Amino acid sequence: MKVWVPRDAAAKALGADAVADAFKAAGAEVVRNGSRGMIWLEPLVEVERDGVRVGYGNATVEDVAAILEGSAETLGPVEEIPFFAKQNRLTFQRCGVIDPLSLEDYEAHGGLAGLRRAIDMEAADIVAEVTESGLRGRGGAGFPTGIKWETVRKADAPQKYIVCNADEGDSGTFADRMIMEGDPFCLIEGMVIAGLGVGATKGYIYLRSEYPDAIEVMNAAIEIARQNNVLGRVLQSSHEFDLEVRVGAGAYVCGEETSLLNSLEGKRGIVRAKPPLPALEGFLGRPTVVNNVISLATVPVIFEKGAAHYASFGLGRSKGTMPIQIAGNVKYGGLFETAFGMPLGELVNDIAGGTITGRPVKAVQVGGPLGAYFAPEKFDTPFAYEPFDGAGGLIGHAGVVLFDDSADMLGMARFAMEFCAVESCGKCTPCRIGAVRGVETIDRIGRGDASAIPLLVDLCETMKDGSLCALGGFTPYPVMSALEQFPEEFTGVREAAE
Amino acid sequence: MTATAAPPDSAEIAAIILKNMPLEGPLLPILHDMQANFGCVPDAARPQIADALNITEAELHGVISFYHDFRREPAGKHVLKICRAEACQAMGANDLSDKVLELLGLDWHGTSSDGRVTVEPVYCLGLCACGPAAMVNGKVRGRVSADALVQEVSA
Ligand SMILES: Cc1cc2nc3c(=O)[nH]c(=O)nc-3n(C[C@H](O)[C@H](O)[C@H](O)COP(=O)(O)O)c2cc1C
Ligand code: SF4
Ligand code: FES
Repeated sequence: MKVWVPRDAAAKALGADAVADAFKAAGAEVVRNGSRGMIWLEPLVEVERDGVRVGYGNATVEDVAAILEGSAETLGPVEEIPFFAKQNRLTFQRCGVIDPLSLEDYEAHGGLAGLRRAIDMEAADIVAEVTESGLRGRGGAGFPTGIKWETVRKADAPQKYIVCNADEGDSGTFADRMIMEGDPFCLIEGMVIAGLGVGATKGYIYLRSEYPDAIEVMNAAIEIARQNNVLGRVLQSSHEFDLEVRVGAGAYVCGEETSLLNSLEGKRGIVRAKPPLPALEGFLGRPTVVNNVISLATVPVIFEKGAAHYASFGLGRSKGTMPIQIAGNVKYGGLFETAFGMPLGELVNDIAGGTITGRPVKAVQVGGPLGAYFAPEKFDTPFAYEPFDGAGGLIGHAGVVLFDDSADMLGMARFAMEFCAVESCGKCTPCRIGAVRGVETIDRIGRGDASAIPLLVDLCETMKDGSLCALGGFTPYPVMSALEQFPEEFTGVREAAE
Repeated sequence: MTATAAPPDSAEIAAIILKNMPLEGPLLPILHDMQANFGCVPDAARPQIADALNITEAELHGVISFYHDFRREPAGKHVLKICRAEACQAMGANDLSDKVLELLGLDWHGTSSDGRVTVEPVYCLGLCACGPAAMVNGKVRGRVSADALVQEVSA
């Protein structure tokens, strides 16, 4: 009997390896798939019955015999679970479905169709297809991917690079990790197409060291891709492309693209001033595409189904779909890929079911440690780039972190400053010193010194205006959004957060 | 803490450097390999690395010290990393880490006097939907409790 037990890190963190071993010991054929993204059900074991994959949630070693006999309580067909059925899975169409390290499985589920189409296209047409799809960078800034590629394509240089940003440091995000663990060939295919489009023959995936499972799967997939001419001489054509994983070393700021390039070159991860743009002078001074994992992993489906198909999803200038990651104090936490435009409140309350503690949602932080807190009053904001910007926030890499009413918002503001101080690359004073002052100022406020509130506001202004990158520049978002929406927590004597 | 790993052997250091030299930007891979081999980036390796890459030892120090991952001395027998980031805080990570540190009698980055365990903060492990999260000797753990973590590093 064939049984799927995810190898995704979240499933492993909840005991999937022992469950997989128990199935093997019982004689079952075990496939280690990626996660379907319903993390609250992990380990989510699947068994095929009458041609349909049915699920068993929170499976333990003790459940193995009953699952094999068919007597265990089942969730029914996995794809009919409402959280899954309500999605528009484009980028994540195969994640959780296939064996991540089976190229055969990958091709049987639409893999390489996009690359086969791209390989017969002119480079300019490849880039135009991406532009027409409306794809914008999923790493945070939302810059149009096609325009970035066009700059690199037009640059004249003996060597160009595709660098995949897999540093995914934002709290509340795990989409990059999930696709690398669950559908690594999809990222490889996207990077090869990027190489064909801009004329680059070499790629790097800068993958954070906190993701040992993703590193293992990516390296194995690259080796398989080389053996099967997905990498190397691409599909036996005259095009060359090869790829390497490079492991980060625990610095959040190295997710910033120029800091990342310095790190890749073996330097301190200090942010570079722009210009020059990495597109013109990137890795080793050569024209370089730096794109987020999800941006690149979305490219294959754009080529498989066509730019128009992709662009038909979404809202306004936010085209296509976004894998939204719902985390923190949440009942149904996981990855939910949907067209841009769903109101935040629908995501938080209907899709995610509110908090796991059952207490009211006090606020959600959207977009990682540099993202704003949204109180329920703002839950009508549609999940898309411009509406979030308009509401004083950002979607970033689309992490949504729920907090219940016990959350200490002054403490969260303090943490934002503390994090900035720990992770600052040190280049600009408002960030390096300002963040330390920020912690001290918030502590004063916490001790009941209301006169420090205007100082905090001033400091945030200085950081916003005087920082070279978004670490110092956006840390004011979580701080100011907490202060503005929960002013009562910033007055009166209270215990310091830590 | 006292290093129990084998003292770095200069031929081994040379081999690690040599293996990585063909790479574009070989320094981080060299440092990672040093740490995998010796449990840290040994001071004794610095002159050889600097020499091979044609950089000063001061520059090399600047790089090594920039990154949270690289150690000057080997960690304890067990390395426990506890996530301190927002999504895990929403699930009680602050109380969890307070309790773990108290039970182990350590502060962040501390190693127990018997060399058994080192505790470090980490900012997100991508396990934000099953927090609080931790990593024990490179293995991921979700929905952790202080007692279970301390138990796991007790042997
Ligand atoms: C402090 C900081 C951290 C960042 N971290 C990441 C990250 O982990 N992953 C990522 O893709 N982009 C990150 N970015 C954004 C990158 O600088 C860059 O915009 C992105 O990699 C471009 O790719 P995209 O256009 O595909 O989004 C970060 C930016 C800043 C300022
Ligand atoms: S804002 Fe902070 S992290 Fe960004 S460049 Fe300046 S000092 Fe470095
Ligand atoms: S915030 Fe703790 S794992 Fe992401």
